[in-house]
Amino acid sequence: MTQATQKKTNSLLAWIGYAAALIVAPVIFSQSASISFLCQMGAMTVFALSYNVLLGQSGLLSFGHAVYYGLGAFGTAHAMNWAGGDGLTIPLVLIPLVGGLTALIAGIILGYVTTKKSGLIFAMITLGIGELVYASTHMFPDIFGGEGGISTDRVYGAPFLGYNFGPQIQVYYLIAFWLFACTLAMYACAQTPLGRLANAVRDNSERVEFIGFSAHWIRYLMLILSGTFAGIAGGLTVINFELVGTENVSLALSGTILLFTFIGGASYFYGPIIGAIVGTFMTAVLSGYTAAWQLYLGVFFILVVLYLPGGIASLFDRTSSAIAHRLVGRIAAPTLAFGLALLITATGAVMAVEMLYHITLHGADGPVMQLLGFETDTTHYLNWLIALALTVLGGGGIRAALPGFRDAWGVVNQEREKQTQGAAA
Amino acid sequence: MEFLTINLLNGISYGLLLFMLSSGLTLIFGMMGVLNFAHASFYMLGAYFAYSLSTVAGFWVALFVAPLLVAVLGMAVERFGLRPLHKYGHVSELLFTFGLTYVIVELVHLVWGRGAQPYGIPPELSGPLFTVFTTEFPAYRAFMMGVALLMLLAIYLMLTRTRIGMVIQASLTHPDMVEALGHNVPRTFMLVFGGGCALAGLAGVIGGNAFVTEPSMAAAVGSIIFVIVVVGGMGSLSGALLASLLIGIIQTLAVALDYSLVDLMALFDIEIGPMATGYQFLSLTISQLAVALPYLLMVLVLIVRPQGLLGQAEG
Repeated sequence: MTQATQKKTNSLLAWIGYAAALIVAPVIFSQSASISFLCQMGAMTVFALSYNVLLGQSGLLSFGHAVYYGLGAFGTAHAMNWAGGDGLTIPLVLIPLVGGLTALIAGIILGYVTTKKSGLIFAMITLGIGELVYASTHMFPDIFGGEGGISTDRVYGAPFLGYNFGPQIQVYYLIAFWLFACTLAMYACAQTPLGRLANAVRDNSERVEFIGFSAHWIRYLMLILSGTFAGIAGGLTVINFELVGTENVSLALSGTILLFTFIGGASYFYGPIIGAIVGTFMTAVLSGYTAAWQLYLGVFFILVVLYLPGGIASLFDRTSSAIAHRLVGRIAAPTLAFGLALLITATGAVMAVEMLYHITLHGADGPVMQLLGFETDTTHYLNWLIALALTVLGGGGIRAALPGFRDAWGVVNQEREKQTQGAAA
Repeated sequence: MEFLTINLLNGISYGLLLFMLSSGLTLIFGMMGVLNFAHASFYMLGAYFAYSLSTVAGFWVALFVAPLLVAVLGMAVERFGLRPLHKYGHVSELLFTFGLTYVIVELVHLVWGRGAQPYGIPPELSGPLFTVFTTEFPAYRAFMMGVALLMLLAIYLMLTRTRIGMVIQASLTHPDMVEALGHNVPRTFMLVFGGGCALAGLAGVIGGNAFVTEPSMAAAVGSIIFVIVVVGGMGSLSGALLASLLIGIIQTLAVALDYSLVDLMALFDIEIGPMATGYQFLSLTISQLAVALPYLLMVLVLIVRPQGLLGQAEG
């Protein structure tokens, strides 16, 4: 009983902490560039969370989720332009709902065929439908704006409580409000019987059919639900950028959100939040520093798939259980050693990749480049030797540190299992 | 007549190229249950390898060596990437190959740069083969068709007439029994994966100079070959052939047809002006629709025949 109360308090504390973080974030990162960046992050977080309604909760791997996001964005942009004209006026604070509604309708139409099957066939069908919608957007330039996209203006109608949402900071709080509301709504949906059934369909759809439910209908409803939230995310993006183009429907964006969600951790509810933050950060900040950022993102993703299927969220989860079981002393040294070896290898590999990129892309500007703050001559053999040495040295370090690292975390996992078994008994 | 003949020939040669790509994909899927998202990336690698080799050793060497290089890479991917993931299920394997597409396209940027490569048709094969009425049919197109048909014959003979083919077919349905009889099933899987990648690589060698060798070439065909596998029936080789030809011909013909519903109505003396409701839809020409047609076909097939044209219905 006390454990249940404890859990409830913890969860309430987490929500309060989440709200506080959303409120405080622009105060800490107060430059105008970082506030606009935070807005982008907020919309992507809603998008990633909605994606995880499919991937994490229903076990459906979609390659076409941007369809709902993009159509939601287009719906919002048109509604804003109508409201700006003399059509029906929906206040800006409620405009993301238009995005949600557009995506809801799209989900009802497209979802039925899509969700007939699960697994790999579902993945391919979403890919095909995604391509179909993307190709169609180019056929109707009047609706989808063609090459230039559709631009809109978020300052229209009567101000809401004195705010007209012109300044970026006001937009941030609008997005943050919607982010919090959507997170809460998706969390609540996961607790409903439908959410539980979706988990059951993910784990064993045959048994769900045996107790009298249609797995197809459950998948269909979950797709509509997740599409709706994706549409809201699309609406938030339009408010932020005041511009929407066909790339918002593209396969590339669907892939990106899959990447983000999985990196964050699909098996945790809060995983996509971490994924969206890390992913947007990597996309926006890393791309400013290096041309190879997509390579790093791809390699990082592959490493997560291979060695950390629970994503970054599982790191937090395991660390916190290590702390709870007072095993920090046991894991600290092996983890540090392993992390150091990893860092050395990564440094060597990054050096080599950056120098290679410099030669292929900027070879005409001469052989000297800025690498990690040093002037580096890409033609000098010594630099290549250093890169190689670091990679090999780190690789050896990883091999040496791995057994200790595994043993230490094995102890933590054992303690965790003991606890879950104790709770079950 | 001329229009139809030349477009049909072009459609068939494009369809056969698509088949070279989708055959590997569907073979791998049928055998291992792995959906290789990076299949088109191996196609791209085949084209780039062939370009680099052809500058050093000539096209004919590249034709044989480049697919082998791609096969070796494919086998390495299976051995070190997919095999450890097998126990986590097919979705993890798909995710791994999905990540691989990002890495491969960036590696291509890294080695060859972002622009298109001047990978040309060898002089022996340039120029027209014959003339249909007034249009010339390029010799290289015929060469593409020949290679694809040879490859089709080779796969067929290998799967049905050789010992390794028997083992492959048996591992498809009864992996445990085959293992018990003393065959190394994981190694067979590795070979099949490498072989499938080699087919994609070969398609790259002959497709890279027929079209353009550039970093976006993988994305250009990536989705189409998945559509083919779905339309033909997952894991069905003959289905893949049928679907490839169908999509190849439909797309080639559609691109050439500049007619819309408005034109059709005009034949019946129904004039539709730009002010009419739905003019945007009615005035879309078939050539504008060409990009979307394979996907429309896929949705249609899924509604009418969910297991695909030649796929087998479940249980």
